[in-house]
Amino acid sequence: MATVQTKLYEKESEELISGSEAIGIACALADVDVITAYPIRPYDTVMQYVSRLKADGAFDFDYIIAESEHSQFEIVKHASAVGARTFTGSSGVGWFYAFEAITVTAGLRMPVVAMVGNRALDDPGAFGVEHNDALAVRDLGWHLYWVATAQEALDMALIAYKVAEDPRVLLPFALSCDGSFLTHSQAIVQVPSRDQVEKFLPPYKRGKLQLHPDNPITVAPQVNEDWLMEIRKQTDEAMRRTPEVIKEAYEEFREIFGRGDPSPFIEEYMCEDAEIIVVGMGTLAMPTRVAIRRMREAGKKVGFLRVKFFRPFPAEELQKALGNAKGVAVIDRDYSYGSPSYGGVLFHELRSTMYPMDKRPLMLNFIAGLGGREVMVGDIEQIVETTQTAVDTGKIEQETTWVAVRE
Amino acid sequence: MATVQDLPQIRGVKSIPVEEFYSSGHRTCQGCESALVMRLMIKAAGQRTIVLGSTGCMYVANTTYYSTPWVVPWMHTQLGSAGSAATGTAAGLSAMMRKGKMTDEPINVIAFCGDGGGVDMGLSALSAALQHDEYNLLIVCYDNESYANTDIQASGSTPWGANTTFSPVGKKIRNMNVREKKNMAPMMAVGHPNMKYVATACASYGLDFNNKVRRALTAGGPTFIHCIDPCPKGWDYDPKYSHELGMLAIETGLWTQYEIIEGELSLNGPSRAISKGIRKRKPVEEYLLRQGRFAHFLPEDIKHVQDRVDEQWEKWWIPGLIPITPQPDEVETAEEAE
Repeated sequence: MATVQTKLYEKESEELISGSEAIGIACALADVDVITAYPIRPYDTVMQYVSRLKADGAFDFDYIIAESEHSQFEIVKHASAVGARTFTGSSGVGWFYAFEAITVTAGLRMPVVAMVGNRALDDPGAFGVEHNDALAVRDLGWHLYWVATAQEALDMALIAYKVAEDPRVLLPFALSCDGSFLTHSQAIVQVPSRDQVEKFLPPYKRGKLQLHPDNPITVAPQVNEDWLMEIRKQTDEAMRRTPEVIKEAYEEFREIFGRGDPSPFIEEYMCEDAEIIVVGMGTLAMPTRVAIRRMREAGKKVGFLRVKFFRPFPAEELQKALGNAKGVAVIDRDYSYGSPSYGGVLFHELRSTMYPMDKRPLMLNFIAGLGGREVMVGDIEQIVETTQTAVDTGKIEQETTWVAVRE
Repeated sequence: MATVQDLPQIRGVKSIPVEEFYSSGHRTCQGCESALVMRLMIKAAGQRTIVLGSTGCMYVANTTYYSTPWVVPWMHTQLGSAGSAATGTAAGLSAMMRKGKMTDEPINVIAFCGDGGGVDMGLSALSAALQHDEYNLLIVCYDNESYANTDIQASGSTPWGANTTFSPVGKKIRNMNVREKKNMAPMMAVGHPNMKYVATACASYGLDFNNKVRRALTAGGPTFIHCIDPCPKGWDYDPKYSHELGMLAIETGLWTQYEIIEGELSLNGPSRAISKGIRKRKPVEEYLLRQGRFAHFLPEDIKHVQDRVDEQWEKWWIPGLIPITPQPDEVETAEEAE
């Protein structure tokens, strides 16, 4: 655990911390007002960290140990309504226990930032990563971002507040962090100074939507069929506006902090002339990059594309990045039983994204790494080989393959 | 929000503030006592108040888009979230005031829930809210003894034997709802020993309720008031009798009016007179037979209810409140100690 400094982060520093701790530090730097905690592995390491910051007097916020995930999310929703900057989080079935509150948070346009420590859903119990928890809210108006490193976790948490609280957006933001691989693994992280963060992140101002005796509004009255479509459309428009706001915030972040990939939405690794592109989200980027490097050394034209934002889904960027490939292998760390091709969620979004293109790559789906099972370099090589066979023969033998699974 | 507002007790009906903060625009039923609870509650609390309303009649019937009756800031919360809504609002205000992000002033935070939202689904969140001694907040449970908004379905607060759409009177089963009404306010009082104020109330005694709201808001820390609200639709009677039925609930001893101020209990109104032996309890029949929901009752059913009430007043440790019957030697010891 990182050393807690009483005067937190007056200067830039380098820390050896986990992804959870990185997000905790981002909360302190963003001067978050209200945080709600409830225990569930693996996300709760972030709460253990911020509670220590509070205990040591390094970070001042109202800290509420809720009695359930539902209350965790309801409490921050209401704190956000009176104008407080908030943070919460959960994992797996805990996230599902909060589902109702998660739904209304987006409906009410509350810019809550939440960490999802991705975890397999019960039953049977498993602590390891699966993406089905966070993906379940994909239709509701939350930003969904998949983090790959502790550095990215810290940086994106700061960007998350800026984007979510932008008056053009006002939509909540979930930072998905692969359980264990990111939440518990330490890495060297550049921690910015408070001054830098203050320059980047303006205070949260809810304006005429703030619930306060000086602004006696009625929030969320019953609308029924008279108005619901118009209100849904407003949220849709906010989601359509957010890509531009993300781009602006990301550019500004890169200017002030001097870090970050060229695109906030996707990361391309050796994709330029690639005939086969592997697509995935989160920490499986690490073994995949190694595999890609090895195959490149062996003369194979392969690349890796990491989808960072799942919502808003970067369709244009993906069409451009995948349009020239011959084969695309989508790795899903999730499942969607009974869906088309019995494939994963990311696969369906991508296949739908590529459908309007004149030239479409062959698209194959691979379900891998469920419940925290490691995706190995050899698995990626096998995935590429299967895709290569489809490209060579022009025929997909099997649309969805479960990787490294015992029969 | 360390401080509370200056809200002195109201000495008589003529001193009740004339300002209305719950005005026209709501669409509650004729004779709705819960609407009266809302009106009296915010009248006592005043303008510097934020009200959070969980799903139920007082959400759906009250706040239709473009015709809100609330003059104060009001926000919807989910059915089981009155406790969380109050906590979140108070926490947000507290953090921002402490950090200088908002003008520091005492703002009343009131969350209300029906019996479905409070006594059933929201019990856990409500209990959690009542543990937060650092926040000044009031939770008002308006109890019309059923999920009245969704078509009168039985809740954990519905009395034994009541006819509801989930416990209909049938050819084979006469009394489908065989659960006894939860003893909510004592459960809150006993379970949260640091709470400075718990009360029961009824809108039939308006001034009493006004003053209970004010005591709750000035007590400091989390507080709880449980109101019994006659409901013409759910209880099945002519709307003009709401007020009278509220009084009868207390006069028969079925509902007890009291306050627990910093751990000290005092019964008030007719309940006090009953406990002192000044007034006799009216038979429950007078209350039950005025309502369609009990129209199927046979004499044995009335007896069941009467026996329960008698036991409550004659055998319970604290009449009408704590459902524990002391053993004879315990009574003697207690008397000796006195």
